[in-house]
Amino acid sequence: MSHVSVHGLWKEYPGQVVLERVDLDIPSGEFCALVGPSGCGKTTFLRMLLGQERPTRGGILLDGRPLVAEPGPDRGVVFQRYSVFPHLTVLENVILGREFAGSRFLGRLFGARRRAAEEEAKGILAAVGLGDHLRKYPAELSGGMQQRLAIAQALILKPKILLLDEPFGALDAGTKAQMYELLLRLWSERKMTVFMVTHDLKEGFTLATRVLAFDKVRVDPTDPGAYGARITYDLLLTGKTAVRERLAATAGSSRETENRLETPVATH
Amino acid sequence: MRRIINRRPGRGGIVFWGALPFLGAAALYAVASALRLAENPNDKLLPPLSAMVATVARLAFTPDARTGDYLMWADTVASLHRLGLGLGVATAAALVIGIAMGLIPYVRAGLSPFVAILSMVPPMAVLPVLFIVFGLDELSKVVLIVVGVTPFLIRDLAMRTGELPAEQIVKAQTLGGSTWQIVLRVVLPQMLPRLVDAVRLSLGPAWLFLISAEAIAATEGLGYRIFLVRRYLAMDVILPYVAWITVLAFVSDYLLRLFNARCFPWLKAGKGSA
Repeated sequence: MSHVSVHGLWKEYPGQVVLERVDLDIPSGEFCALVGPSGCGKTTFLRMLLGQERPTRGGILLDGRPLVAEPGPDRGVVFQRYSVFPHLTVLENVILGREFAGSRFLGRLFGARRRAAEEEAKGILAAVGLGDHLRKYPAELSGGMQQRLAIAQALILKPKILLLDEPFGALDAGTKAQMYELLLRLWSERKMTVFMVTHDLKEGFTLATRVLAFDKVRVDPTDPGAYGARITYDLLLTGKTAVRERLAATAGSSRETENRLETPVATH
Repeated sequence: MRRIINRRPGRGGIVFWGALPFLGAAALYAVASALRLAENPNDKLLPPLSAMVATVARLAFTPDARTGDYLMWADTVASLHRLGLGLGVATAAALVIGIAMGLIPYVRAGLSPFVAILSMVPPMAVLPVLFIVFGLDELSKVVLIVVGVTPFLIRDLAMRTGELPAEQIVKAQTLGGSTWQIVLRVVLPQMLPRLVDAVRLSLGPAWLFLISAEAIAATEGLGYRIFLVRRYLAMDVILPYVAWITVLAFVSDYLLRLFNARCFPWLKAGKGSA
């Protein structure tokens, strides 16, 4: 379960209000796209969900409990860049989450436990299409492959919430389409709540079940920082026929990949 | 005729142009030396190559009449020992303090003004203090190297650690890493090659401090020998010693570069592609 509720949220920096009076209720398993012009606070909002920044007022509840005020394993994240560790191979990048959990002092697993983590990681990497690149370093991968690696890395800990900060912003159109397909499949398989910041409206409507538009309702021309942005539109898309068809389609295709994904985990 | 900025030497050309200044300097020395010796066969200022070879043979391959040591090797061992110890301590201190300063805001707030001021203290100016406090033997020379090199290493490493993308640190936290685990698995492995590079850059200053300290108070060491024979105008000792020190510095720099290339294969993976 991962029900997110936001109540009376404000975020202010000195001399600037970024967000004001944000209220939101997101049921578990939604795919939310956060759209809006640059500087309207959508990334700030994502950072607060992540725990990287704290609200000035108001709060965020995850399943009824206040969100822990620093990043943690219940929330996975993929940034536009720098999400993966350049000094670790693809496989090492993905098992890192298991190594942190399994070895408090060294942060490193050995022997049978390492092999189990590697098997699990290989399953996830196969699901994101990186099964043939286990020993490569991130710098040897293309931009799209690096983002797939970042997603695989975030998924190994089975986060309740996946936060994406313009994850496909640096990719070309063809790669983007592949990534959409992959992301939707993983999302429907894993029943996560997804929040994705994007400046691309079309991307938001292609992927999401709910689109949240951020914008400033009030503007003071002499003092641009006086008022913050609010959520101006909260559009639930699940009523649309096209979206319903898409959901049914991804649910169907996910059943095929489920075996591939689940078998290694079961041996663990 | 193409512009000169577009003309590149080939493989052989690179060797030739690289060797040219060395050959030029050697030729210049040979000519100047021959001219002076023709005027005065006892000239000590620019000894001929043969005299320098003979001196090196005496210092390096025949035991000293008084102590029975091979002087050049004894000097080398003494100097490298001091240098290694000094650089080792400096590196270890910089690793701990630099990473802590770069990663932990409270440590940075507490230490960065202090380290910034400390790094501006001219190490040679505190050498008398070191001699008074630590005595005239080994310790003060090692401490001089440590004092001279550590602030630079700390600042460099703290800056490099601070330059790590915040995304990486956040990502590591979302993977459940504690501060210690993040240091061990994310920060340290990426900082080690940077530290090795910083040590390479500080080899020059380290030798400078070592030779200065040896010049003032020592009983053996490469710097000690140079300053000892200066009073006899023994250029046939000084010049080979300077060349030897240069070779030692060059080789240690090369070995550190090799160490980086060997131990951190991901560095090279980053080159070429984005």
